[in-house]
Order: sequence, then C-alpha cells, then structure tokens
Amino acid sequence: MSGGANFQVTVFEVTPVNDLITRFSFVRSDGGELPRFSGGAHTVVEMHDEGKRRLNPYSLMSDPADTRAYSISVRRDDAGRGGSLFMHRQVKPGMEMTISAPVNLFALDLRARKHLMIAGGIGITPFMAQIRQLSMMGGRFELHYAARSPDLAAYADTLLAAHPGRVRTYFDEQGQKIDLEALLDGQPLGTHLYVCGPKGLMNWVLETATQLGWPREAVHSEEFLAPPSGKPFEVRLAASNKSVTVDEHQSLLEAIEEAGVDAPYLCRGGACGQCETRVLEHEGTLIHNDHWLTEEQRASGERIMPCVSRFEGRTLVLDR
Amino acid sequence: MTIVFKEESFRDDFTYSNSDWAIQRFPFPFDKDSYMYSVNMERHVPVQAGSVFEAAFDVDEHYVSEMRDRALVLAEDPLRCQSLPHMTLAGWDVLELIMTSKAADYPEHFELHRDGDTWRWINRPLGIDQSFTFLDETTLPYGPLEYITRQAQGDFAVLDQRDDNLWMDAGMVTTQADWSLDFDIGMNFFEWHAPVPKAHEMGIFQRALQYLLNIRQGEPARRLNWTMTVNPLLDTSPENYHKWGVMRGELTPENIGQKLHLRVELQTFYRLPRSNGLLFPIRCYLISLQDLVTVPKWGRRLHRVIRDLPEELATYKGFIDNRPLILEYLSKYDDGAPTSPGIFPD
Ligand code: FES
Repeated sequence: MSGGANFQVTVFEVTPVNDLITRFSFVRSDGGELPRFSGGAHTVVEMHDEGKRRLNPYSLMSDPADTRAYSISVRRDDAGRGGSLFMHRQVKPGMEMTISAPVNLFALDLRARKHLMIAGGIGITPFMAQIRQLSMMGGRFELHYAARSPDLAAYADTLLAAHPGRVRTYFDEQGQKIDLEALLDGQPLGTHLYVCGPKGLMNWVLETATQLGWPREAVHSEEFLAPPSGKPFEVRLAASNKSVTVDEHQSLLEAIEEAGVDAPYLCRGGACGQCETRVLEHEGTLIHNDHWLTEEQRASGERIMPCVSRFEGRTLVLDR
Repeated sequence: MTIVFKEESFRDDFTYSNSDWAIQRFPFPFDKDSYMYSVNMERHVPVQAGSVFEAAFDVDEHYVSEMRDRALVLAEDPLRCQSLPHMTLAGWDVLELIMTSKAADYPEHFELHRDGDTWRWINRPLGIDQSFTFLDETTLPYGPLEYITRQAQGDFAVLDQRDDNLWMDAGMVTTQADWSLDFDIGMNFFEWHAPVPKAHEMGIFQRALQYLLNIRQGEPARRLNWTMTVNPLLDTSPENYHKWGVMRGELTPENIGQKLHLRVELQTFYRLPRSNGLLFPIRCYLISLQDLVTVPKWGRRLHRVIRDLPEELATYKGFIDNRPLILEYLSKYDDGAPTSPGIFPD
C-alpha cells in the first residue's frame, strides 16, 4: 500500500475494557521489534471484511518506548461502516494482520513548559502514549478527561492511580463539566493545549481557546474522521484509464485501491493532505468531508480528498 | 569491506585527493546531458554495491581526516553546533540512528552493544570506546547530537516539526556550502530558504515542504545538489567568506583541473522516532576536474551541462565568472560522442 512501510503482526491479546471499548495488542509475526514512536502517533490497520479491504487509523496507546508490542483501543460504533465492528467481532488472538509504521499528526510540542490535555471518551488513547513519553522525560502535564459515566471512562482508574493530582475526570451522567474558561485562563505562560475527542468537545475547546486569545500554534487537536457513507457513485480515473464504482459503505480512496490503482495517503482521516487529488471534470456536487482543503480550494472544485470525501452527480473524472 | 583511511588536509596545503576507488564511486549528479533545477527526491534505499548510496551513512577514505577538520572548525567556532533546549530528545534519536546504522553497515569499523539503556560504542577508525547510559547526557562528553556528529561525515540539520512547518532547531554544520547554522537557527523552512530567487519557485518550495512533512519512519528520502568550489575546502561558510571568496580569482588554465572541484551534496531525510523530528544530513563530496575527467562519460557530460546552463543558474551556483575557463578546460574531454543514461560510470 502507498501508506509506506508496513508490518506483519500477530494479534497477541484482545481485552474488553468496557461495554464499548476493546483493546488489541500486536506483536511482529517474525518475532522482530516494532519501531519506537512518539506519543500521539497512529497506525493504520488493514482489515479484510467480506471481500472489502478497509484501512482504519487508530492512535497508538502503548508505551512509545516498548518495541515488543503495540496496542490500540477501538470503540464499537454500531452505526458506522463496520471497521470497528470487524475489530470487535472478527479479530481474535493469534490472527495475522498488517499494520503501518507509526505516523504522528498529533505530536507534543516539546518546547511547551506545560502540556494541558483535554480528552473526551475514546479520545483518551493518544494521551496514554503522550503521558508515558512525558513521564519518561520528566515533562509537566495535566489531563482533563470527560466521559459519559465512570464505567465508560476507559483507563481512568489506571491514570488516576499512576498520576495523582495530574488527572481529573468529569462524568456527564453525574452532571460534571469541565470549567473550561477558568481552566484555560489559569495556565502558566508556555502552556500548550491538546484536545482529542468527539466533535462537540473539540469545537467547544478550540473555539473557547481562540476567544481567550490562545495563539494558534499553542493549540493542538486531532480528529480522525471515519469515512462517511453515502450514495454509490461512479468515478473515472483518467491517468490509469479505469472506471470504478464507489459503494455506499466504501470510501473513494478504498474504491481506487480496489481497482488496483496505487494512490498516496497517510492518515486516511482527512487530516494530513497526502491524498489530495486533482478533479479534472465533474458534473454534480463534490461532498468535501476533510479538514484539509481551504474554502477557496473547495469552491474551485479542482481538488478532492478521496480518503473521506464523496460525490453526487453525473460524472466525476480524477487525475489518478 | 575494510576502508583504508587517508591522512589529508582540507585547508592550508590542501592535500585532499580521491583514490581511484573514491573516483569511481563519486556521486556524479547528472543523469543526462542537461540540468534543470528540481527537487528530484527519491527513496533512500541502497543501490549499486560500493556506491555512496549503499549505506545509510556513507563512510569513505576521508572519514578520519574529515572528522579532524570538523574538530578544528569547532575549536575555533563552537557555535557551529547548536541545539535548542527542546531538541535534546531528537539528538538522542540521531545518536541511535547513526550508531545502529554504522554498526550494521560497517561491522569491522563500528560496534554497538546495548543492554537496556547501558550502551557501549566502539569506533575503531577514531579510536573511541565509550560506555554510556542512553538518554542520560551526563554520561557523554558532549550532548548526544554533538557527540555523534563529531563522528559522522557531513553536516546535520535537525528539524522540529510543528504548525505544518519545519524548524531548524539544532544542527552540526561545518562543511556547508555558504550557509550558517548560527544565522538560521530557529528559522522555519521558508525563512531559511529566503531570499527565494523567483516567485514561481515558491510552488516548488511548498511542494518540497509538503513532501518532507510527510516523510515516514523507516522511509528515508534523498536528493543530490551540486555546486563548484575552488580548492577542496569543506568549510565554505559565510563566516569565512573572506578566506574562500578570494580563491575564486586564483583559477588559471594551468591550475583549473587540479584546483576546481565539483561539490556534490548527498542530502537525505529521516523521520526520527521519539521526537517526530526530521534529520537532514547533508554530505559533501568533492572531486577535482582532473580526477572527474578520468571517467570519460562524466567529462563529456559535465562539459555539456556547464555549457548549456542558464546564466541565472550559473550565477546562483557562483561560477559565472569562471565559466569560460571551465568550458575551455572541459571541452578537451568532450568528443561529441553520445553518453549513456544514468549517473554511474560505463
Ligand atoms: S489521507 Fe490524509 S487527508 Fe486523505
């Protein structure tokens, strides 16, 4: 795959964490070491689900210095396209899979005097690795972790026990809410803010930070979009002289790959820009779902990010 | 393979020279008879046994003398090696990458023994046997970046990646083609490339930055760059321009073959695992014209490239005034015969 270096791994453990979240750990099938990584990195997991090939990104949550095994946590999404269901239902210890080398789009800013982290739900996973890295380096951090209920707050107990005084939890069910303005206002100079979680939380934190005058470069966020489903459509790939149909639950990128065309990507979640593709012709509407293209680029109708974006209309011709 | 290391100087009496082995493996940068500026990036994977593209960090016969020259430069000007405080972790990444690569590529010259964080590094050519604790700076005589790049040929820029940009936040720079770490430290990709000669080149720079931001662990990339230098001088820094600038006026038809050198930079790019930084080694190779023309394909081709180079590029590369002299010399080695594609000798 065009994502770069890959590893053949064997599923070592499958551990249910709570009703929704399951943890998977992988070791290299040839017994070798996995590369070290930096906290916040993700890996892309390849799945073969009833003839469909899916590649989903998941944050690495294990200790970045641990080269024997990687672990990820996957939240079951019953309404999604099936990637998380596949992980929950089909993946068993001993099974062989392919994962990509780590890529970090949510790295710590090592200049920060303090790292202020805000996690919502499954958004806790990249922070698990970042906290390990900071503990190793003696870095200062504070984590504010919101979840629906104590039962669904994965790893909260471990974190509270390991880092007393640095971790605070908030449970929606108990009416607890982060006092965001006070929190953001009271930070020492040189603090960097990190947020990962559901869209509502992310937007709230990012908007509040902007309003309070936080500089853009001190605010970091990561959101992987799952490729949204939509109506099937046809696409012509001009450079490779092929036509393909993109199914309802398939992304445009996946359909291109299925046709045997090698296309670039990095995050598969609309964040990195690597998959940007020229639109040569279209009669219809480009449905942009990425975080990458600017408003002007979208308006021009000349670019699309096939990892998450779709199309509705008569003809779409891509330079691929 | 066991390399025989030469005793030579890159200053004063300039005894630097290339053996036949070094000439044959010189990274000649032109794969056809003309040259156009481009980013021409490719994956840094081994090609052609014995070439400079075989090892991750090439070691050649100049290694020991080049490291001595670096120590001399640093003694005069310690600011040639700098590392902003947040770059220490990246320095350890660099140390690990270079040590593991050298030990794997040249087991007869370098050894690395690791037991957890207790490491022992043996560098035979430089007579070093160092035990230290990984990630503990107090156990090494210098910071990790300086320690290892005093033992590795070429310059090293260590770039921090943030805000969709790259920042020159650490480096070891003593063999540079007219740029200065002390000036560029802390700058981002666009700042350290300023002044960019032409607006239309902005697009090239933007694409190059995008490419570099997306370089992945375990997937290093490389490109070649080139210029011309009078005398085999590694340190053509702006700080020392008063010393080397005047040498450009010393060329005569009699001495040009021996004095003028094609200077080729093998630039590589590595994603660093712990820090997510980018390592940018710039390895400089020098070859005199008289040695270069012993490879007939290269003599013919270099003549054609220099002859047809647009004026602005010859100016940018700093040899516009000497171009007639260079062409007069090289034309003797160009019989008009066709050349084979690719950079390697026939
Ligand atoms: S692969 Fe990253 S934006 Fe599409």
